Amino acid sequence: MTSKSREDAQHPPSRCPDNSAFKQQKLSAWQPELTPASVLSGFILIGVFCLTMGVCLILSARSVKEVQINYSDKCLNCSKLRENSSNWNTECLCSADFKLEEKIQGDVFMYYGLQNFYQNHRRYVMSRSNAQLLGRNTDIRNSNCAPFSTYRNGTPMAPCGAIANSMFNDTISLFYYTNLSTAIQVPLLKTGNSWWTDKYVKFHNPTSHNLTSAFAGTARPPYWQKPAYLLDEENERNNGYINDDFIIWMRVSAFHTFRNLHRRLSRTKQFADGLPAGNYTFRIFYNFPVSRFKGKKYLILSTVVWCGGSSLFLGIAYMVSGAVVMLAGFIITAIHLKLKKRKTYFQR
Amino acid sequence: MLPCGPSASSGEVICETPNNKLDKFSGTLYWKENKYLLSNQNMLLRGCVLRNTEWCFGLVIFAGPDTKLMQNSGRTKFKRTSIDRLMNTLVLWIFGFLVCMGVILAFGNAIWEYKVGARFQMYLPWDTAVDSAAFSGFLSFWSYIIILNTVVPISLYVSVEVIRLGHSYFINWDKKMYCAKRRTPAEARTTTLNEELGQVEYIFSDKTGTLTQNIMVFSKCSVHGRSYGDVQDMLGHKAELGERPEPVDFSFNPLADPRFRFWDAGLLAAVQLGNPHVHEFFRLLSLCHTVMSEEKNEGELYYKAQSPDEGALVTAARNFGFVFRARTPKTITVHELGHAITYQLLAILDFNNVRKRMSVIVRNPEGKIRLYCKGADTILLERLHPANLELASITTDHLNEYAGEGLRTLVLAYKDLEEGYYGDWAERLRRASLAPDAREDRLARLYDEVEHDMMLLGATAIEDKLQQGVPETIAILTLANIKIWVLTGDKPETAVNIGYSCKMLTDDMTEVFVVTGHTVLEVREELRKAREKMMDGSRSMGNGFSCQEKLCSSKLPSVLEAIAGEYALVINGHSLAHALEADMELEFLETACACKAVICCRVTPLQKAQVVELVKKYKKAVTLAIGDGANDVSMIKTAHIGVGISGLEGIQAVLAADYSFSQFKFLQRLLLVHGRWSYLRMCKFLCYFFYKNFAFTMVHFWFGFFCGFSAQTVYDQYFITLYNIVYTSLPVLAMGVFDQDVPEQRSMEYPKLYEPGQLNLLFNKREFFICIAQGIYTSVLMFFIPYGVFADATRGDGAQLADYQSFAVTVATSLVIVVSVQIGLDTGFWTAINHFFIWGSLAVYFAILFAMHSNGLFQMFPNQFRFVGNAQNTLAQPIVWLTIALTTVVCIMPVVAFRFLKLDLKPELSDTVRYTQLVRKKQKTQHRCMRRVGRAGSRRSGYAFSHQEGFGELIMSGKNMRLSSLALSSFTTRSSTSWIETLRKKKGGDSSNASSPSGGADKTLKV
Repeated sequence: MTSKSREDAQHPPSRCPDNSAFKQQKLSAWQPELTPASVLSGFILIGVFCLTMGVCLILSARSVKEVQINYSDKCLNCSKLRENSSNWNTECLCSADFKLEEKIQGDVFMYYGLQNFYQNHRRYVMSRSNAQLLGRNTDIRNSNCAPFSTYRNGTPMAPCGAIANSMFNDTISLFYYTNLSTAIQVPLLKTGNSWWTDKYVKFHNPTSHNLTSAFAGTARPPYWQKPAYLLDEENERNNGYINDDFIIWMRVSAFHTFRNLHRRLSRTKQFADGLPAGNYTFRIFYNFPVSRFKGKKYLILSTVVWCGGSSLFLGIAYMVSGAVVMLAGFIITAIHLKLKKRKTYFQR
Repeated sequence: MLPCGPSASSGEVICETPNNKLDKFSGTLYWKENKYLLSNQNMLLRGCVLRNTEWCFGLVIFAGPDTKLMQNSGRTKFKRTSIDRLMNTLVLWIFGFLVCMGVILAFGNAIWEYKVGARFQMYLPWDTAVDSAAFSGFLSFWSYIIILNTVVPISLYVSVEVIRLGHSYFINWDKKMYCAKRRTPAEARTTTLNEELGQVEYIFSDKTGTLTQNIMVFSKCSVHGRSYGDVQDMLGHKAELGERPEPVDFSFNPLADPRFRFWDAGLLAAVQLGNPHVHEFFRLLSLCHTVMSEEKNEGELYYKAQSPDEGALVTAARNFGFVFRARTPKTITVHELGHAITYQLLAILDFNNVRKRMSVIVRNPEGKIRLYCKGADTILLERLHPANLELASITTDHLNEYAGEGLRTLVLAYKDLEEGYYGDWAERLRRASLAPDAREDRLARLYDEVEHDMMLLGATAIEDKLQQGVPETIAILTLANIKIWVLTGDKPETAVNIGYSCKMLTDDMTEVFVVTGHTVLEVREELRKAREKMMDGSRSMGNGFSCQEKLCSSKLPSVLEAIAGEYALVINGHSLAHALEADMELEFLETACACKAVICCRVTPLQKAQVVELVKKYKKAVTLAIGDGANDVSMIKTAHIGVGISGLEGIQAVLAADYSFSQFKFLQRLLLVHGRWSYLRMCKFLCYFFYKNFAFTMVHFWFGFFCGFSAQTVYDQYFITLYNIVYTSLPVLAMGVFDQDVPEQRSMEYPKLYEPGQLNLLFNKREFFICIAQGIYTSVLMFFIPYGVFADATRGDGAQLADYQSFAVTVATSLVIVVSVQIGLDTGFWTAINHFFIWGSLAVYFAILFAMHSNGLFQMFPNQFRFVGNAQNTLAQPIVWLTIALTTVVCIMPVVAFRFLKLDLKPELSDTVRYTQLVRKKQKTQHRCMRRVGRAGSRRSGYAFSHQEGFGELIMSGKNMRLSSLALSSFTTRSSTSWIETLRKKKGGDSSNASSPSGGADKTLKV
C-alpha cells in the first residue's frame, strides 16, 4: 500500500481532477439564513422606515400650495370655437378669474395640464427627428415624422413630426388686481424651465448667421401659427428649437394626463415673496383645441418642496406599506412564537 | 460467397437474417458438395471467450451491428429530462398566454382607436394603410406579440444548457469520484440529463462487474467444530478490520498460489501438526470438485474451474498443502504435503439444482473407498450420521455466523464405503445409466441412497467479493427511497446471495417471493399469491382494499404505502418472459413495485431493457440503469439515465452510457450530491427565470391600458435588449451553477434529502404558477406605483418629471433592483462569483444606463439614443429613489414573509438540516457511519453458484470440456492441448466423434 502511494506520488495520474476549491465545489461561501431575529427585526425596521417616510412625504406634500383651474370648462365658448378647425384663424381671448385667500410664499410655478392627451401613444412618441432638432441638416423624409414631415410640394416641416405639430400654443398671462379696477401683470419667466441637458445638449438651432436664414427652405408645421424662428422674438437664446416651451412640449409625458411647467414667477417688486393674496385673472389666448378629443386643459399654480408637488400618492403609499409591513411583522412574530416547528434535526 | 476455412477452396453459408434471438440460429453450410446444418450449437456470440483450445478456425457470420448482441442493444433514443419536457409544455403555455395578451390588447386597441383615437386624429392621424379601428387592432396584435415576446424565454434554453454543462464539468472534476486504481475520473458523457439525476426512483443494476468483482475468496472455514479464518492479532483476539497482521506464510509449499491470502495462522498450524480432521477437510476440497488443472511449467499450476467458488476452494486446499495436481477420467493426483498420491476416481455424483450437493467416490492408495460430499447445509445436515449431532450443532452456529457476514457456505462430509456395498451400488449405477427411460430419476435415487449417514467434516465460507462500498451505497440509496432492482444473467442462487451480502435483502424482510414458473399460468399464480400475501399483511394492519380495483386503474397506485412489512421478489428469466407479456405486465409491475427489492435472474439483455421500459411506462418514474458489460447496453439505453461502469468488460457500456465511472459506490455521490444539487439548482433557476421574465414583460401589458394600446414599450429599447442577456443573466446563472442548500456530506448523512426530487416538488406546474403569479404581482407594483407617483409629479426644482423617459428609467431601475434583490434572496450560497455577478450586474446596469444616456453617444446617433441626459436628471431626484425603494419593499417583503413562515412552520428537511448546522456550528457533528451489523441471519448455502450440471459426467467420460452449450463457452475450464491429446489417445476413435458437435470451429478444423 505504501509503496503504491509512493509510486503514485512519483507519477501523478494525469487524469486525476485538480483538487481546487472551485472544481470540488468547495468554494467558501456566505450562506444567508432567514433567522427569526433577522426577519422580524427587518420587518419592524422597514415598517418604521416606511411610516417615517410616509409621514415626511405627506407633511411635505401638504405644505405645498396649489391652485388649479380648469380653463377648458371656463372658456366654453373658446372651446366650442376651436372644435371647428375652419375657425383656426379666429382669435379667441378668454379670462379665468380666481382668488387667493392667502398668499403663496416662495417660488411659484405655473403649469398647464392636459387631460386625455395621449402623448404616450407609440406613433406619437416616435414622431420626431432628434437629428433635426439638433440642428443637423438631415433628410427628414427618412425619419418617423410622417405624416408631418413634408408638405405636398416637398418643403420640409421644421420641426417635423406629430409631437412638434401638436405643440401647446395657448398664450397665457397672469394679472393681479392690486385693487378692484387696476390689474398689473404678474412677471413670469419663460426660460430656465427645461432640463439643462435638453436645452444645451438635445436641442440646437441650425447654424447660420441668423435664425431666419437657418430655417430657410423649411416651413412651419401645419398647426403652428408662426414659424419656429418666431417662437420668442425677444430672446435669441429662447428661440427656434431651443425655445423652452417647445423643449418642454417635446419631452413627451408618460401618461395621457399630465402637467408641464410653463412659467415661473419672477420674484420682483411686490411678488418678491411669492404671490400675495387677492384676486387674479388668467388672460388666455385660446388656441389649443382639446374638446374634440374630450380633453381638458388646466392651469396650475404651485409651489414645490424637496419631493416635488402636492401629490400625496407616494406619502400615502409609504404609510400604507409601512403599516402593512409592521402589521405583518407583528403577525409573523405571533405566529412564530405560537406555532414554530423549526427544530434541529436531532431534536425531533 | 464467403471465403472459409484454411484452404483456398470456398464454401457457402446460407442463414437467417440478423436478429436478436440469443438462443436460436439456423443456417446451412455448403462445403465441398456437403451440406452441414448450422444451429445455435455452432455459434459463438460476440463477447464470448473461447477456452480449452489454443486456436481454432471460425467463420464470421454476423459482424458489427448485425451481431445478436448488438441487435439486442435496442434503439438509441434521444434522452430528455422530465424537466425538459415540462419546460417545453410550459413554454407552449406561455406562448398561448402571449397570444391571449395580444388578443386582449388588440381588442383594446380597436376599441380605443374607435372611441378615442378616431377623435384624436387631428394630432395623430392613422397611418396611411390603416383605414379602420379593426385593422389598427389587428396590427397592434402583432406589435404586442413582438414587444411581449420576452415573456417566452428564448434565452432560457441557452442558459439551461450552460448550467447543465457546468454541472457536467463538476461531475468530471469530482475528485471523490476518481478511481485511483484504474485512473479513471467520472465522466458525464451527456450534458443534458444532470438534473434528472436528482429525481431517480428506480435503479436497475447489473450484478457481475457492477455489484461484485466476480472474485471468490476462501475466507473462513469450520473444521471439526473449530472455526478458522478470523483475523487475529498477536494475542489471539479478534482483530478489528483495518489493522490486519501479515497474512499466513505459505512459503513452505512450493506449489502454493502466491495470490492466495489467509489471515488465520491457526489453520496452517493445524495442518502442520497433522490434525486428521483438518487433513481430511482439505483432502476433500482437493478431491471433490470438477476443476481442471493445467501445468504450463513445472510447479506452475493453473486451475480452471467452471465456477469461481470451486476454484477458490481448490486453491485453498492447494495452499494448505493438498495440491490438486492433475486428473484423468479415472484418477486424481494430489500432492498431500509434498507426497504425490493418486486416487482412483470411481464416480462423480454430480451437482444439480435439486440435489444441491456433489460427491466423489474415490479409492485411496490403501484401497479404501470413501465418498466425499460437499453441498448446501440445509441438504447435507439432514444426511449426516446421528453420531454427528453435537458437531453439527456447533457447525451450525459457525454457519450462522458466516452467513451473517454475507459469506457463502458449504458443508463438507465424507462416508466410508465397504467394498462389497460399493461393488453392488456401482453395478446398479451402471445399469441405471444405461436404462432407456427415466434414467435421471434412477440415478438420482441411487445417489440419494449412497449419500447418507455421512460424517461431518466441517464447513467452508466463501466471500463473493463485492465492489468497494456496495452495501453502504445500497443502504444509503435505499434510505433515499430509491428502489434498486438487480437484473442479472446469473442464477437465482447467486443473485439472491449477492442480494443478501449487499444488504438489498435482509432477514428482517417479511418474505422473499421467488417466481420460477415455466408457464404463463404458473407465473400468474405465483404473482397472485405473492400479492395476496402482501395484501394479507396490510389487511391485518386494518387497511383492506380491493386488489382488483387497483389493478384496473391505469396509473398504478402506490401500493407501497399500503403494504405492511418488507418484501422482496426474485424472478427467473423464463418467468419474466411471461410476466412481461402484455396481459401480465401490470400484475408483475404492481407486485414488483410493492417489494422493496427485486432481483431478476437469467435475463437476456433485451429483457433487461423490457423491464426498464415497463417501469418507465407505468410508473412515470425516473429510472437509472447501471452496468458494465455489453449485455447491459440495451437497458442503459432504455433507462432515463444510463450509467456505465468503466471496468474490465470492455467499453460498450460506457459508450452507450450517459455517465461513466469505475466504481458502483460513486453512484451515491452522483445521485445524492451531484444529482440533488443539479435538480435543486435547475429548479431554482427555472423558477427565477420565469419570474423575472414575467415581471419584466407584464409591465408592458399594464402600460398598454394607459397608452391607447399602441404597443408603446415601457422601457428604452436598449434596456429590453440587454435585460435578459446582461442585467439579469449572470447572477441567475451563477446561482444555477454554484448554489448549494446543504453541504455535500449532509446529503449523504440524510439521504431523505433526496426525496423532493423524486416527488418532483421543487419545480412543477404548481411552482411554475407560483413563480408566474409572483412575476405578475411584481409587474403590477412595478407599473402602478410609479404610475401613481408620476401621474402629477414634478421635480424638486419645479421642472417636469412625469415624462415618458423618466418613467421608463424609473421602472427599469426598480425592476433591475427588485430582481437583483430577489436573486439575492434565492441564492443560498454566496460564493465570490455570486457576489461578483450580482453586484457586477447592478454596477453594469448603471454604467450602461449612464453611457447610453450620455451626450457623446447622442451626438453620434441622435435618433438612436433618445434618452440623452435622462439618467442624471431622473436619478438625481429623491422622489425617484423613494419610488424605487417603495417598489422594492412591496415586491420583496411578501416573498420574505412567505419564505420565513414556510421555513418556520413547514420546514423542509433541507431547511432543518441547514438550521441544525447553523445551531451546531461550533459543536462537532457526530459522524454517523454505517455500522456493520452482525446479523444472525438465515444460512444461505452457496454451493457452486455459477455451476452447471453435467461436469461430473463429462470428466468421467473423458470428453473433456467440449460442451455444446454456448453458455458454457465462457465458463469452461481451459485445458491444454496436450491434455486433449492424452484423452484422444485414450479414447481412440471415440473422441473424434465426441468432439464433433462442439461448434463451428471444430467443424472447420475437421473438414
